[in-house]
Amino acid sequence: MSSEKALDTPNILDVSGLKKYFATPQGIVRAVDDISFTVHRGETLALVGESGSGKTTTGHVIMGLYPPDGGKIIYKGKYDLSTPVRSRPLEIRRDIQIVFQDPGTSLNPKRTVKDIVSLPLRIHHIADHGSIYEKVAELLDYVGLGPEYMFKYPHELGGGEKQLVALARALAPRPSFMILDESTSALDVSSQAKVLNTLLKIQRELSLTYLLITHDLGVVRNISSRVMIMYLGKIYEEAPTERFFSSPLHPYTQMLLSSIPTLSEEDEKVKPKGVESVGEIPSAVNPPSGCRFHTRCPFAKPICSQQEPPDVVVRDGHIVRCWLYE
Amino acid sequence: MSLRENSLLLEVENLYVRYRKYWYTLHVLNGVSMSLRRGERVGLIGESGSGKTTLLKSILRILPPNGEIVGGRINYNGREITSLSEKELSHIRRREIGMIFQDPMAALNPVFKVKDQLYDILRYKLGEEGSKSGNRVLRDRALELLSDVKLPDPERVLNSYPFQLSGGMRQRVMIAMALASANSLLLADEPTTNLDVTIQDQILKLIHKLVIEKNLGIILVSHALGMVNRMTDRVYVLYAGDVMEAANTSEIMNNPRHPYTQLLISSTPRLSSVGVGEGIKGKLPDYRFPTPGCRFAPRCPYAMQKCFAAKPGVTRLNNNHLVACYLYE
Repeated sequence: MSSEKALDTPNILDVSGLKKYFATPQGIVRAVDDISFTVHRGETLALVGESGSGKTTTGHVIMGLYPPDGGKIIYKGKYDLSTPVRSRPLEIRRDIQIVFQDPGTSLNPKRTVKDIVSLPLRIHHIADHGSIYEKVAELLDYVGLGPEYMFKYPHELGGGEKQLVALARALAPRPSFMILDESTSALDVSSQAKVLNTLLKIQRELSLTYLLITHDLGVVRNISSRVMIMYLGKIYEEAPTERFFSSPLHPYTQMLLSSIPTLSEEDEKVKPKGVESVGEIPSAVNPPSGCRFHTRCPFAKPICSQQEPPDVVVRDGHIVRCWLYE
Repeated sequence: MSLRENSLLLEVENLYVRYRKYWYTLHVLNGVSMSLRRGERVGLIGESGSGKTTLLKSILRILPPNGEIVGGRINYNGREITSLSEKELSHIRRREIGMIFQDPMAALNPVFKVKDQLYDILRYKLGEEGSKSGNRVLRDRALELLSDVKLPDPERVLNSYPFQLSGGMRQRVMIAMALASANSLLLADEPTTNLDVTIQDQILKLIHKLVIEKNLGIILVSHALGMVNRMTDRVYVLYAGDVMEAANTSEIMNNPRHPYTQLLISSTPRLSSVGVGEGIKGKLPDYRFPTPGCRFAPRCPYAMQKCFAAKPGVTRLNNNHLVACYLYE
C-alpha cells in the first residue's frame, strides 16, 4: 500500500475521449460518445441522466464489463482500465467494486448471505477458513445487519436489506472506488434512506470514492459532491452539487430539475422556472446533429443543430456545453 | 352544481380483503375505510406491500382468483360493488371507472395492435351506435383519444403493437384507454413509476388536465410523495392494510401527525436541503398473523404498552385531520 501512496494523484480516475458503441439490427448505437471527466479522490461524483443517456454504460465500461471502443481510462494515475476485467491485475479488480440497481437479480438466490459476502473474501485471500465467519459478521455489522442474517437466503430479505447485503459484498475486498449503479432506485423511501445513510457512513469512515449513477436528483442533492449531466452519450454540464442546484445552466438540466414533483415550498423554489418538459429522448442510433438536445430545447438557435457546443467554463469547476453561454 | 360536486361518489367502509395461499391466508386489508367525492383527487400512500393496489383492485373487483373480500362495503354511486353481478360490474368497468396500471406492458395485450384494443373499448362505449357504425367512426374516436394524450403521430401508434412503442408512449396509450372508459372515476396505480422524470412530468400534467376537464374523481396510488403532493387534494396513509392517517394533502405533507407518516416524509430526499431521515426500522409485519394492536407498533419509536393490546380508534383533529394513533387520544 505504501508504494501506491507515493504515486497518489488527486484524481482517482481520468477518463478521456471515452466511446462505447453497440451494433444492433437497427444500426450502431452510440451509447457513450466521446466523453471526458475525472473523479477526485474521496468525492461522490453523480452521473445523472434519463434512461438511454449512456450513464450505466459508462459505469460498466469503467468496471470492465466490456471494453471501450475508444478513449482512455486511467486509474490512480498509472493503471490502464481500457481492458476487460479478466485481463486486469487482481489488485485492481479488488480495488474497484460495483453495487447494481436490482438486488433481486444481483444476488444468487441459491446462496446464503454468508456465501455471497464471503466469496470476494476468498477470491482475494482476505480471510481464511478460520476467520471467514468473523469477517462476514463484521461486514454485515458494518452495513447495519445483525449476524442472524448470515444464514438467510436473498428471498427472505426485504429490498433494502438485500441492497445492504450487496453493499457488504462490495465492501468485502476493501475497495477504494465504488460504482453505485442506481443502487437505491428500486427501493422504498424508507429503505432508501437507510441505504443512503449507510453509504454516507461508509464513505466517511473508509474515505471511499463513489461514482453514483442515478436519475434521482433528490438522492444526488443528498449524497454527492459533484454532478455531471449526461444526455444521449454526451456530458452537457458538470458542477459542484451546491452550484448545480443553485444555478443550473444547461436547458436540459433545467428541464430535469423543473420536472421533479416536490414535497414543500422550499423545494419548489429550487426548481428553475420557464422550461417545460417536452418530447422524448431520441434514438441513439441516429442522434440529432450538433447539440443532441436541440430537438427538445426551448432556446435552440440555428447553430445548435449544426455544430457541437463548446465547453464553457462558467466558474471554477462549473462547465456547461451549450451555445447559449458561448 | 355545488351539491353535485360535494356528493359522495365512492365510499369504502370497513373493508377486509384476504388472499388465500395453499398453506395460509394473508390478511391484506383489515378494515379500511375511505371516501371520495365527485371530482375529488385522493392520494393513497404507503410503502410497497401496504395494500394500496389491493384496495384499488377491490374497488373494481379485479382481485386475483385467490383474493377475496371477506367483509365491509364498497358503495359506488349508490350501488353496492361487493354484491353486483359480473354483468353490472362489467358495465361499470367499461363505462364508469377507468384504471391506469403500473406496468403498461403487462396491461396491454402484446398480440393485438393498439387499434384493436382501443376499438374494443370504444365499441362498447358507443353502445348501439358503436356496433352499427363502421370502423371509420371508431377510428376517428380512437385518433381523437390518442391526440388527447398528446401522442405524436397517432396514426402510426394506432397501427403499432405495444412492443413497438416506447415506455412513455405505452403509458399514454393506457391512459387513453383508461380515459375512454372513465366517466366518473379514474384509478391510477403508480402511473409513472417506470418513466423518466421529464416524461413523468408530461404525463402528470396530462392526467391533471384531463381529470379537471372531465370532472373525474381520481385515486392516485404511489409511494412517490412528491407526485401525490402535486396531484391530489386529500391523502390516505395506508400501512399493512390499515388507514393510519387521512387529511388534506398540504396538511399531511407539512404537518404529519402519525409517527409512520412522519418517518415516511422525513425519509424522502429533498432538493432544498441535505440530510435524509433514518428511514423506518424493521419491516412490514407478517400478513399471515394479524395482531390485535396497532400494526405499526413494532416499528414505532413512540410505541406504548396499549399500542400492542388493541387498535387505536380514529381521532379527529383540526382541519378534518383523521389519525389512528393513541398519541392523540
